[in-house]
Amino acid sequence: MSKNTLYDKVWDKHKVDTLPTGQDHLFIGLHLIHEVTTPQAFSMMEETGATVKFPNRTFATTDHIIPTQAQERPFADGKAESMMTALENNVKKYGIKYFDFKSGKQGIVHVVGPELGITRPGMTIVCGDSHTSTHGAFGSLAFGIGTTEVRHVLETQSLALNRLKVRKINVTGDLPKGVYAKDIILAIIQATGVNGGIGYAYEFNGPVIHKLSMEERMTICNMSIEGGARIGYINPDKVTYDYLKDREFSPKGKDFDKALEYWKSIASDEDALYDDVVNINGSELEPMVTWGITPAQSIRVSEKIPEINNFYEDDRPVLAKALEYMDVKEGQHIKGLPIDVAFIGSCTNSRLSDLREAAKVLKGKKVKVKTLVVPGSQDVRAQAQKEGLDKIFIEAGAEWRFAGCSMCLAMNPDRLHGTQRCVSTSNRNFMGRQGSPTGRTLLMSPASVAASAVEGKVADIRESY
Amino acid sequence: MSLTENKILTIEGRGIPLEGNDIDTDQVVPARFLKEITFKNMGDYLFYDARFEEDGSLKEHPLNETKFKEGKILFVQENFGCGSSREHAAQAIKRYGIEAVVGISFSEIFAGNCKSLGIPIIQLDKSQISEILGAVNEFPTIICALNIKNGTLSVGAREFSFSMTPALKASLVGGTWDALTLLQNNEKKTNNLESLLPY
Ligand code: SF4
Repeated sequence: MSKNTLYDKVWDKHKVDTLPTGQDHLFIGLHLIHEVTTPQAFSMMEETGATVKFPNRTFATTDHIIPTQAQERPFADGKAESMMTALENNVKKYGIKYFDFKSGKQGIVHVVGPELGITRPGMTIVCGDSHTSTHGAFGSLAFGIGTTEVRHVLETQSLALNRLKVRKINVTGDLPKGVYAKDIILAIIQATGVNGGIGYAYEFNGPVIHKLSMEERMTICNMSIEGGARIGYINPDKVTYDYLKDREFSPKGKDFDKALEYWKSIASDEDALYDDVVNINGSELEPMVTWGITPAQSIRVSEKIPEINNFYEDDRPVLAKALEYMDVKEGQHIKGLPIDVAFIGSCTNSRLSDLREAAKVLKGKKVKVKTLVVPGSQDVRAQAQKEGLDKIFIEAGAEWRFAGCSMCLAMNPDRLHGTQRCVSTSNRNFMGRQGSPTGRTLLMSPASVAASAVEGKVADIRESY
Repeated sequence: MSLTENKILTIEGRGIPLEGNDIDTDQVVPARFLKEITFKNMGDYLFYDARFEEDGSLKEHPLNETKFKEGKILFVQENFGCGSSREHAAQAIKRYGIEAVVGISFSEIFAGNCKSLGIPIIQLDKSQISEILGAVNEFPTIICALNIKNGTLSVGAREFSFSMTPALKASLVGGTWDALTLLQNNEKKTNNLESLLPY
């Protein structure tokens, strides 16, 4: 059993009791909500006349369903409009802080929380969304929950949970040029499998991780869930504290110093015990790309799509299905595979640094395929425009959109059609994920997606510098 | 609802064999069906893209076969329910009429959602699951019976034992799988902890 890790310390700080069932009663410090997974919870509360216990620990924004082109209300899609109206009514009724279009702070919930300084180290954070693990980048225990649990948190600010084991993932060495945070996490998932993390919280550690910026750390923690781990976190350090200083909701002055003391106290001890340790040599990594229908079905961009017979017999049916669905062949080079669409966005890679990397590649070039650039928040959009990134994208022939989840899961009008093949900076390449039941997704870093958009086929970013 | 009504002790009925690893929540309920503000219709969307062509005609799928339509226990393989946190997936299973899911391994969020809805998630090993999938495919009318308290699943004359965490068992057998009441009972302690938090 793990001991003296950040996970243990933060869990113990928030443990209210042991329940009669044997589960732990855990207090939730911060609850983030959005329009898709909450209306059902609020309507259950309405039936019983329940109230929100700590409305000041809940923050709302809207991201999944909103159109990224024409945002006038009412939305053309009646169902999307009714979800928006439900959220607006609920936040008003229960007194919850809501970042709407007019606030200038609306965006993907996992982009907004951190950039406003709402997400901080040592917290327990939940949201009705599996990529809540993103917030673990700050050294918090952050995880996705279902709608019934959303109701539990609204009504009691707590949850009944089982403690997880803790696996330390050490990334050592130095990252080669062209290799980004996205490539690190894709390589980790490839090594551990899509279910390797079930039952674990991941602590990402080692020199490579601690050299990353906060935005890059969020990319890594974001995809913990793609490896089966409900929680991924990174011990807070100077990079974390510097990022949080002067954010809108961060503590100020003396309060900041006091908070800092707490933040420093919850990092894993040098001699902490882990249930498992995995080592990854960062110096040996290359740009990654998924070829199949799970985030673990990835290869280095220089590699060929693997031969199914090299895998265990049990794994072969899924691999065969992946080849058929993606319309690719064993032994085929992934580089050079023609594409139809490029998507830069989502809670994995839609922050300012992601857009800068994409713009670097697109500057002075023209894209050969339909390319969507969707900033993660209104704030990211404004900052990008201040730097002139929007002009670079538009001159390259890409579309510059308003903030939202967009074509990550296509609950809004942005979607693939038919069997289109899309290179995407998002986190899931499941069948049908991008809105067409037969659409195909290849996950990559923003720089790799931009390079591929320029060539109209899967490209090796290292050849584009 | 009283706690007695919530008790889940035994489930008996036909099985539904669903083969394949890594069946994600986008396959259980495609995202385009999430735009409803209640869970009322979710049962209709269960495995939608695997069951229907784009023109609405039927694809080959166990749920499209009359012999499996009334099944109460869904048999799956590895890493079932991976992907998103959408409770819609567990809701769809429950509202379709499935009362328990038995497989080799499950995503945690999905298993948690099932627990909150009182759907037992039972784990068996690979060889046991292959044996059951084979039996149910060959004899669709075979009766499968789960006994939560004893930790047994019988499929026809064959009996398998399974273990589940004491917490899950206690919550199913005691009817406390929706933890809301238990959490509410701790209100004083909760308020106390809140007032001591350093943030
Ligand atoms: S960007 Fe995609 S993964 Fe992230 S919250 Fe939105 S839909 Fe979910």
